[in-house]
Amino acid sequence: MNQNSENKILSTPNSQFLIPNSILLLYTLQIADNALIIGHRISEWCGHGPILEQDIAATNIALDHLGQARSLYQYAAEQFNALPAEDKMKMFSSTTLQAKLTANENIDEDDLAYLRDGWDFHNVLLVEQNNKDWAYTVVRSFFYDAFNFFFYSALLNSADTTFAAIAEKSLKEVTYHLRWSSEWMIRLGDGTEESHQRMQDAVDYLWSYTGEMTTANETDKTAFASGIGADLAAIKTAWKEKVSAVINESSLAMPKDAWMQHGGKDGSHTEHLGYILAEMQFMQRAYPNMEW
Amino acid sequence: MAQQTTNKNEWPLWEVFIRSKAGLDHKHAGSIHAADAEMAIENARDVYTRRMEGVSIWVVESKYIHASEPGQSEELFEPANDKIYRHPTFYDLPDELKHM
Repeated sequence: MNQNSENKILSTPNSQFLIPNSILLLYTLQIADNALIIGHRISEWCGHGPILEQDIAATNIALDHLGQARSLYQYAAEQFNALPAEDKMKMFSSTTLQAKLTANENIDEDDLAYLRDGWDFHNVLLVEQNNKDWAYTVVRSFFYDAFNFFFYSALLNSADTTFAAIAEKSLKEVTYHLRWSSEWMIRLGDGTEESHQRMQDAVDYLWSYTGEMTTANETDKTAFASGIGADLAAIKTAWKEKVSAVINESSLAMPKDAWMQHGGKDGSHTEHLGYILAEMQFMQRAYPNMEW
Repeated sequence: MAQQTTNKNEWPLWEVFIRSKAGLDHKHAGSIHAADAEMAIENARDVYTRRMEGVSIWVVESKYIHASEPGQSEELFEPANDKIYRHPTFYDLPDELKHM
């Protein structure tokens, strides 16, 4: 990549990255979809939190994630609208989105959230798992927050200035998320016999969904090689160190390394995503462009 | 003083004081439940500073706040009513005195 300051890299879609525009878009969607889906999951606690204070804490955190998703979808939509027409048609299979393209309309962040079908979502499987109980919710957040912290830290140095700017803003939020979920890990893991057992169950159950975050798919590899994306191998080491430190402090047992689930980043999801999208997308699908 | 009417299993109550800007004083914002001081600060942050209300938080367990008795207000506060000379504004200042 040319590092001359005259040829400063701009974060406009058609620009000079050594990465195909469609791959950059997929990479953006991977990050954005993680944020949207975990945000939606946590928002399901709104009005159902174990105590008022944590109901609000969970809702605040959900809104942070949705805010990050929004910035990333805006960037993704910008990239998408700049693609050549034939590439656009191949990108998403949703008939509603295709109808927009046939009508020559630009898409926006809402279209990406509400009109894409499940197989065009690129979030990791971990974030779509059920809330189940407070233990599962906390452990899922903890695994994800630990990843997100190192991921956004790495993205600060992205050659893509939009990513770097989003990372800078998000990192403050993510640092607090990690603090919040780490504390609940320790409180409940090291709490009563029942809370300990519930936390251990959640850790063991969700463990097989953690490997995917730090295993690079083709999109991750291209993004890293071009100087835009994060080095997932380095994050894997940092993640494991952080996670095992907190798990030890929580008096929980670290699960043994075993086979890991994968596929979410490439569009193969667990059955949960369909239910999330059915609830989340219903209004826009049934009443297109409705506002309230 | 807060009365112990709550369920035994409930977390203790904490009073929250928020400073809205550097240089100003902490003001009572309300109360929250929390298991310990650390959680109290975080709960206070989530409940009382989500609309940029604060730059600093104090929490104190409600049981440590001791209050004056409303029934004693006559003897405590009314004697001050006719002693306006205790206000610095009561005195005429000489013209030479600036910055008061």
